[in-house]
Formats: sequence, C-alpha cells, structure tokens
Amino acid sequence: MRETKYWTWFIIAGFMIFVLGGLHMMTVHLNGVVSLFNPFGSDAVAWKNVAYRSKSLCFTLTYIALLGAVLYHGFYGLRTILMELGLQKTTQRKLTASLWVIGIILFVIGTLAAAAAKIAATTL
Amino acid sequence: MEKTQKKCDIIFYIHRYDPEKDEGPWEKQYTLQVERGMTVLDGLHKIKETQDPSLAFRFSCRMGVCGSCAMLINGKPMLACNTQILDVTEKILTVAPLPNFTIIRDLVPDLVPMFGVHASVQPHIKRSDVMEMENPTGEYFQTPRQLEEFLQFTYCIKCGACMAACPTMATDRKYPGPMPLTQAYRYNVDSRDDGGKDRNDMVATSHGVFNCHYAGECSNVCPKGVDPARAIQLMKKDLVRDYFNLNKKKVCAPVNCVSVEPKPKVAVPPFTVGK
Amino acid sequence: MAYKYDNHLGIIGWLGGGRWGIERYLYITHRLAGLGILLFFMLHIFESSLRVFGPRTWEAAMATMKHPLFEIGEFLVFTGFAFHALNGIRLILIELGFAVGKAEEPTYPYRTSLNTQRPLMLIVMVLSAILILAGGYNIFFFVK
Repeated sequence: MRETKYWTWFIIAGFMIFVLGGLHMMTVHLNGVVSLFNPFGSDAVAWKNVAYRSKSLCFTLTYIALLGAVLYHGFYGLRTILMELGLQKTTQRKLTASLWVIGIILFVIGTLAAAAAKIAATTL
Repeated sequence: MEKTQKKCDIIFYIHRYDPEKDEGPWEKQYTLQVERGMTVLDGLHKIKETQDPSLAFRFSCRMGVCGSCAMLINGKPMLACNTQILDVTEKILTVAPLPNFTIIRDLVPDLVPMFGVHASVQPHIKRSDVMEMENPTGEYFQTPRQLEEFLQFTYCIKCGACMAACPTMATDRKYPGPMPLTQAYRYNVDSRDDGGKDRNDMVATSHGVFNCHYAGECSNVCPKGVDPARAIQLMKKDLVRDYFNLNKKKVCAPVNCVSVEPKPKVAVPPFTVGK
Repeated sequence: MAYKYDNHLGIIGWLGGGRWGIERYLYITHRLAGLGILLFFMLHIFESSLRVFGPRTWEAAMATMKHPLFEIGEFLVFTGFAFHALNGIRLILIELGFAVGKAEEPTYPYRTSLNTQRPLMLIVMVLSAILILAGGYNIFFFVK
C-alpha cells in the first residue's frame, strides 16, 4: 500500500503541475501570445511584473504549492528511473531517504525565498 | 508486390550460441529458398534438416497455441510458427533469441524464471475458506458478464514475447513483467476468487506494477491479443481505488452445493520443470 | 555445465530499435524530458530566488539571460514541459484506466488498448506541436 500511496500522490502532483505550471509557463513564456498576470508591460521578467506577483499572497502560496509538487513529482520520477537500473536493497533505502532529505531542504529554501521575495517586493 | 505462388531466396541471419564453445552469441548466415506460406519455423526446420543440424530452437504445436517458439524475428518478438517469412521480409530475415531472458543455446531462452514469477503471484482461484478450496463441495456460478471482465487475459500462452518487448524488463530484474501482472489481475477480477489482497501486496511494491509506464509494446507483440498493457492499467486503477477506499467489498461467487458422490482426490504430480 | 548467456538488454532496451510502436518512443521521450526539466529546475530554484535581492540584482540577472544560448535553453525547457505535461495527462488517463477500454474477447485482427488510446495520443501530439510553435514564436520572435 505504501507504493500505491507514493504513486497516487505522484499522479496528483503531476496534475497540479499541469495546472499551476501551465499557468506559470503561460505567464512567463507565452507573454506575447496570451497576456496573463503581466500588468506592467509585456516583459514577464521585468522587475515591475515580478514584484507584482511576488507581493501577492495568492501568488506566493501557489508558487510554494507548485514548488512542493514539482520537487515531489521530479524526485519520485528520478527514484523510479534509478531503481529500475538495479540497485542493492540498502542502496535503494539510502536513495529514497536522501531524495526525501534533499527534497525537503530545497522546499524549505524555496519557501523561505518566496517569503523573503514577498517582503523584498513590498519594500524595494 | 504481388503475393502469388513464388519462390525466392531469403538470407537468414541466425544468432548462434553454444555455451561450451562461445563467449557470446554470434550471427551465422544461411540462404534458403522460401515459398509462399512458409513460416519462420518451417524455415528453421529446413535449415536444420538440410544445412546445419546443430541449430537448436524450441517448438511444439507449430500452430500458435503452445507458446514455445517465441523469438526475435527482424527485431520484433513473435511466434516463429505464426509468422510467414514473406510477410516479414523480401530479402533478409534476422532470427535471434528473446531478449530479457538468459539464453541456454542458440535460439532457446530459459523461461523457468518467468514461470517462477508467474507461480509466485498465485495464479489459481483462492478462497478464504481453505476447507472448501482443498475439499470442494460444489461449483461456483459465474455470469457471462463476470466472465467477460477477465476472459481476454485467460488467452495467454506464456510465450514470453511481452516480457521480451517490455522496456522495464530490460533493466529491472525484480520487475514481475507483463505476463505475471496480467495473470495476477486475471485472478483478482475473477468473481470466484478471494485472494486479491495477497496478490496486491505482492505486485504493489517498489519494483512492481507501478514500474509499468505504458510503452504498450507488450500488447503490440502479443500473438493472442491478450493486451497485457490493458490489464496492468486496470490493476493500477484498482489499487488506487483501494487506497481511497472506493472499491465495494468484493462479493465472491457462493458455492453451489451439488448432491453427487465426491470424486476421489488425485495426487498432485511432481513438478519437473527446472530440475 | 557451461554458463547461460544473459540476454537482458540493459538501458539500451529503453531506446527501442526502430520497429516499435509510437507509444514506446513517447515513453522514452517522456523520460528524457522529465529528467531534463528536473535538472533545469534545480538551477531554477536558485536563479529565481535572486528576486529576493531587489530590482538591481534581478535586472542584471535577467540581462544575462537574454543571451541566445539561454534563449535556446529556455525554448528547450518549454518544449520539454509542454510535451511532458500533455503526455503526462494522457498517461494519467491511461494509467487510471479511463482510456484503455474494457476487457473484450480478442478476435483477429486484435484491437488492443493501444488502438483505444490512439485518438487521445494524436490530440496530445497536436496540442504539443501547437504549444511548442507558440513558445518558439514567443521566445525567438516576440519583441517586448
């Protein structure tokens, strides 16, 4: 049941990325085709637009959700690929544990950065 | 190209391997006059009879029901007896043993590990009532609709073509493979069976059913239309529904007691494969 | 007794040999795209965190990103994401049993779940192509 649980959340994370990541891609990489969340001109990575998104609590929370989903989905995929290549049982357990640790560290870094960016966008 | 009565010369490249002489497989070239209707198995027989008696290959029924002669024909796992040479090529035919198995000799793969994995998913009707299983008192009724849910997966002849075609089987030694997973599903959905939980514990592991990524080649190469890919995805659906407790409790077919003299029990014959 | 020869294909077995169905190639492309996106994402966390340091640092970083090599990289990431996301939705539908069809008695010529999911696969490929073209236009031709 544990693998079923991991896999089910992997699928749910994948769908979340489809929605949130899709919106992110449209905002930043399809800014000439659809103008989305870029109220200060069509350059999506100009500071004014970036600050506009960083200030908003809604955006900050969705970015944190997207970060979590991508890290979980990506690392589960990486774990699957590495496990399929054939590893010893102890190596498998170490791999799973290290991916959890690295994933959580990166999630914490990303979340703190998002929170700090909210402050920076408001003050700077 | 007209497919009338004609004979032509086909060049066979056959993988040979003699464990006592060779380090690894090598290709030997033969030329054979082939006519319309000759199967690859016919071709191999002709070569063995007229050109090279040392060629080793497995065959039995020669009509696509036993599953012995699966081999890699022009890069695709097929039954040699079911494949006409002129349907596959006009000039060159490469015959190799099935990949993702160990080779005993020439075109003969070692299928015993596959049978072992198949046996490990308990491919038989399991009931929680062990007394009834061991000493049956009656029959299980099954509607045609209940039969249809798993009938397709009973046509498997255990030839190993799906195992050879599966990309996960290429690297993951612990992956059960399309055939055992399909057979596990076939028994899980059988209305007469009660052993779903045990089988699910065996297949929902880190090297189990979730390592199937729907490359679909197993269904592409299956000579009997069993569609293992479909069975595996339906099994994943069942597992996820189990996780969310969405599955209704399975009502197993009740025993219909028959009032006749019970037949004497026959002893199970000794298992000889692999000895 | 002499040893048996191990005929497992190894990682080359993931790549296929030219006579596989298209779904097999979608599988390997999906894997490569996923790995590529993951690699990019590791750098992206740190690159996008630079906005914490204010407008001057941010604008300087974005000016570096205008280099053609970075633009090609951006296009590759976008392509990978578009394909992986759409193919992923197709795989979710298949692996949760929605697009594989019910078990049916096989009559030759066999129609398998591959035939059932083929329309979905075509839709996914067409949508991916449209998105990739849109992304390419946006990254290389759109002047801000």
